[in-house]
Amino acid sequence: MSFPVRKFDAVIVGAGGSGLRASLQLAEAGYNVAVLSKVFPTRSHTVAAQGGVGAALGNMGEDSWHWHMYDTVKGSDWLGDQDAIEFMCREAPKSILELEHFGMPFDRNEDGTVYQRPFGGHMQNFGAGPAVQRSCCAADRTGHAMLHTLYQRNVRANANFFVEWMALDLIRDDSGQVVGVTAMEMESGDVFIFHAKAVLFATGGAGRVYASSTNAFINTGDGLGIVSRAGIPLEDMEFWQFHPTGVSGAGVLITEGVRGEGGYLLNKDGERFMERYAPNAKDLASRDVVARAMATEIKEGRGCGEGADHVLLKLDHLGEQLIDSKLPGIREIAKKFANVDPARDPIPVVPTCHYMMGGIPTNYRGEVVAPRGSDMEAVVPGLYAAGECACASVHGANRLGTNSLTDLLVFGKSAGNSTIEFLKENKSHKELPSDAGELTRARLNRLNNQTGGESVSEVGAALRDTMQRTCGVFRFPDLLESGVREIKEVEQRVARTEIKDKSKVFNTARVEALELDNLIEVAVASLVSAEARKESRGAHDRADFAERDDVNWLKHSLWFKEGSKLDYKAVHMEPLTVETIAPKVRTY
Amino acid sequence: MLFKIYRYDPDKDAKPYMQEYDVELQSTDRMLLDALIRIKAMDDTLSLRRSCREGVCGSDAMNINGKNGLACITKLSDLKTPVEIRPLPGMPVIRDLVVDMSQFFKQYHSVKPFLVNDTPPPDKERKQSPEERAELDGLYECILCACCSTSCPSFWWNPDKFVGPAGLLQAYRFLADSRDQATSERLDNLEDPYRLFRCHSIMNCVDVCPKGLNPTKAIGKIKDMLVKRMV
Ligand SMILES: Cc1cc2nc3c(=O)[nH]c(=O)nc-3n(C[C@H](O)[C@H](O)[C@H](O)COP(=O)(O)OP(=O)(O)OC[C@H]3O[C@@H](n4cnc5c(N)ncnc54)[C@H](O)[C@@H]3O)c2cc1C
Ligand code: SF4
Ligand code: SF4
Ligand code: FES
Repeated sequence: MSFPVRKFDAVIVGAGGSGLRASLQLAEAGYNVAVLSKVFPTRSHTVAAQGGVGAALGNMGEDSWHWHMYDTVKGSDWLGDQDAIEFMCREAPKSILELEHFGMPFDRNEDGTVYQRPFGGHMQNFGAGPAVQRSCCAADRTGHAMLHTLYQRNVRANANFFVEWMALDLIRDDSGQVVGVTAMEMESGDVFIFHAKAVLFATGGAGRVYASSTNAFINTGDGLGIVSRAGIPLEDMEFWQFHPTGVSGAGVLITEGVRGEGGYLLNKDGERFMERYAPNAKDLASRDVVARAMATEIKEGRGCGEGADHVLLKLDHLGEQLIDSKLPGIREIAKKFANVDPARDPIPVVPTCHYMMGGIPTNYRGEVVAPRGSDMEAVVPGLYAAGECACASVHGANRLGTNSLTDLLVFGKSAGNSTIEFLKENKSHKELPSDAGELTRARLNRLNNQTGGESVSEVGAALRDTMQRTCGVFRFPDLLESGVREIKEVEQRVARTEIKDKSKVFNTARVEALELDNLIEVAVASLVSAEARKESRGAHDRADFAERDDVNWLKHSLWFKEGSKLDYKAVHMEPLTVETIAPKVRTY
Repeated sequence: MLFKIYRYDPDKDAKPYMQEYDVELQSTDRMLLDALIRIKAMDDTLSLRRSCREGVCGSDAMNINGKNGLACITKLSDLKTPVEIRPLPGMPVIRDLVVDMSQFFKQYHSVKPFLVNDTPPPDKERKQSPEERAELDGLYECILCACCSTSCPSFWWNPDKFVGPAGLLQAYRFLADSRDQATSERLDNLEDPYRLFRCHSIMNCVDVCPKGLNPTKAIGKIKDMLVKRMV
């Protein structure tokens, strides 16, 4: 056998919010679990989440999970699976209370309950409005507070972390059952096989496929690349969320919480233009709606600044005191990255790639599902996924703000619980196949021996530029077609990247090359799926098919790496216990 | 812009050395991290940690012109050239700017950095007033970057015995939490000539914290609690 083997009951790949929530379930149940992370757990990108985590606690006024569910289905432009959405919205309050009991430093109301702020797309009375305060927060550092709290709870539970270990490939046996992963210890460069009864992916997003992104450098879609190389499809990859308010030029995020607390957007004429696009919700309409409105203003020449390439986010009217108590991190970011003090001047912002709605197909139990024979959703034995890398699908064609952190908590836990169920039924390890680790060895050998190839930074830039130009907020048929062509050329170049650094010790050049192998799968899947979807829905907005088409396109895309083929599967319109929310025209 | 960067790869170098890089910066390069990434594109053998590029993950702490800080929020325009960059002081170097942080995290873990409350939780949240919650401000925001502890002389000399400013700040974060019930165990754990009392209030830690936190003040508050407990 190729690499040394280590044995665990289960392996969790990723120690962000979802991975830590899952590992807590398994550690507290006493299983021998390895939790792998490319970075020290609290450096995972969940740390950057600002605005809050959504749950119908009703601390600020009446609210119910039914309303939260309605908003999420509508936000998803009806592409979300209603069973998964019901499950998430129903479980959300419980998972917030759990987190509070773990020690999360939530902001508080006078009566000692958790403070909640308004957020885009969250309404009372089944969308009728007015806005509801549903976003539980810790100032504008909610993700930081949540990630540290979950890590701390894992320390208490004695979870077994493998810090700065990078998972490389999935190992499946002949029957397709998952039996482990290969992973590289970054400090030594050594590769091991992690032999396990179950593997859970919680590797987060892949926003680094775009040139301009709110995402961290490590968000390279590793889980998606890994499973797609192992024959598992990727779902709904055409749906990328562009957050309305990334700092112009820097990409760093300004939370929607700013608008939740009363900030609003202005064009160069000083007009509060969202009033025209979304008369009711205005600046708190869904993100796809606001991002498109901004892009339209800029396209039609009403952008601000010398290049007329951004709009302005005004919040000085909220007063210094409110800004310092509720939005201190934003003030810090704006000063550092935009050179403005938002207590005095507006912040220049542009729509910026933010969140991947698609991902590894799962059901609401966190089990990975893929077509087998006529069954479009057969469970892949031993494989689980949760968080941004997974597609349950609760976010459908557009995610509501605050729903990702909710997703991490609810599905991290449910995937952890499903893994425990599986471990109870599967007491012994399945044997490793004779070629276990071969794919990894081949990839590493290729990289070590490559000559005459291009650098990772060059090819990576070409990848990001292609996505940025051809697969953005507005999509055009000719651009999508050329995008597909171009990205397949980039794919050839990725297969020939060359690194100068051959050291075994903490070789970040090698890490970045291996990450690029994953980014390219994500990029190809996104462009191929986007080119094929002939409608506009949520974040996917086509110039040539401007309307949503429920007759032909109320279905999930599935992209397979082999042959870059597409297939489709039905949306789950049946919730678990309540009535279907039937598709309607979506206005805010 | 001229940079002098500490280089050491145990795989091939007998000893560390400083390497010069003269980089042509673009108008979009605002922060030191932007420049380091540009350098890495020229020379992929330079190793450093980085992730969020906005000062919240704590990955890219390093010693910049003699002072610890985060590369991603250090403005290039504020730096004297040549910019001298070294790994965090006092920690074993794994390679280039990457240091072994085990001792730092061991001290963090040693303060039991998690809420302890063994009464069964209520069906709703454990109530906390806005004032009680405000006690946690300036404490919970720590990003575990280690800028403070690795600028603290007491931590350099006794990294195995002195908890250090970051760990003590977190110890106080839980002492200050109205929901926590382990006050006396926490104080017992720190009442020691080394663990807490090696701090001589030199304030280096406060000076370098990129999040503007004040470990010295937190340490003082722990000392106050210990004094109060004695009387
Ligand atoms: C700036 C910003 C602000 C946001 N604000 C909000 C908000 O207010 N509310 C909200 O709901 N959502 C918000 N989001 C979205 C939300 O934060 C993310 O979707 C979510 O945190 C993702 O969590 P995760 O657990 O899936 O992944 P992450 O937290 O990204 O963690 C991924 C983990 O996987 C590990 N990993 C990845 N690849 C490998 C590999 N190959 N081997 C080993 N380990 C690996 C990483 O080391 C890391 O530990 C925000 C996002 C951004 C970018
Ligand atoms: S104040 Fe205490 S902890 Fe801070 S640097 Fe000085 S000795 Fe170290
Ligand atoms: S106290 Fe400040 S310097 Fe020290 S680890 Fe925390 S954030 Fe870093
Ligand atoms: S890269 Fe995260 S703190 Fe600098």
